[in-house]
Amino acid sequence: MIIQALAFWLFAIVLVAAGAMVVTARNPVHSVLFLILAFFNAAGLFVLLGAEFLAMILVVVYVGAVAVLFLFVVMMLDINFAELREGFLRYLPIGTLIGLVLLAELVLVFGAWFIRPEVAAAITAPAPPAVRVPNTVALGTLLYTRYVYVFQAAGVILLIAMIGAIVLTLRRRPDLRRQRVAVQQARSRRETIELVKVPPGQGV
Amino acid sequence: MLEIGLTHYLTLASILFTLGIFGIFLNRKNVIVILMSIELMLLAVNINFVAFSAFLNDLVGQVFAMFVLTVAAAEAAIGLAILVVYFRNRGSIEVEDINLMKG
Repeated sequence: MIIQALAFWLFAIVLVAAGAMVVTARNPVHSVLFLILAFFNAAGLFVLLGAEFLAMILVVVYVGAVAVLFLFVVMMLDINFAELREGFLRYLPIGTLIGLVLLAELVLVFGAWFIRPEVAAAITAPAPPAVRVPNTVALGTLLYTRYVYVFQAAGVILLIAMIGAIVLTLRRRPDLRRQRVAVQQARSRRETIELVKVPPGQGV
Repeated sequence: MLEIGLTHYLTLASILFTLGIFGIFLNRKNVIVILMSIELMLLAVNINFVAFSAFLNDLVGQVFAMFVLTVAAAEAAIGLAILVVYFRNRGSIEVEDINLMKG
């Protein structure tokens, strides 16, 4: 119990610190690296909550794909980041004010949260005991039966996102020399080779 | 202090969500950091989902956290693609320059 509590506080503090560094770091590359740290700590929290599969998905999808995508884009674009930081101090007071107000509201809403006993009757898919059925098996059983259509829809969303990203970033470059296979194949000997009778001693 | 309840997780998620909104205000010019702030906010939402799922002993929260993850990945891919195309055409990613659609 005490180890769980200590782990929670460790993950939570590092998560909040990493999140703060993401939004305030001077260099966007550092922002991405702190984002990765935040994702790892969130994965630790998920493990504490008993959602191991989601924790692994978070590491694989977010750290492995999304954060690396961010890193690629940050490094590929040739941007003067110092220029982008102008106005940072100008927006600081209003941003802090709005953030504090929102945080106070959220804490007021969530701070006194407790689960009423009637809620237990409204649970849609009770989790089986973790010692008997692992989290991954339980999640898969639910996902591939009751939520199979939503699962398919999620796949369609990913497919559309992939097609969209390719369509957006693909461009025809007219200055490139491309291989035109059809033209190559359509060549015949008649139009490419010309036999010239050269008289000796005179040249062409 | 040592008894970790639902409130702890909800407070953590709300702090993270607020940090995301704070980041959007703070980096008004840098679209990349704004996208990263949105990722932070989605992560906070996911923490909420999973915390409720664990404390209510209901698996649906984890299923929906997975769908949120899917949508977040799609959103990041499309957002960064738009960003790359925009940078290629205009040579800048300042939010104030993004006014072609007179929005």
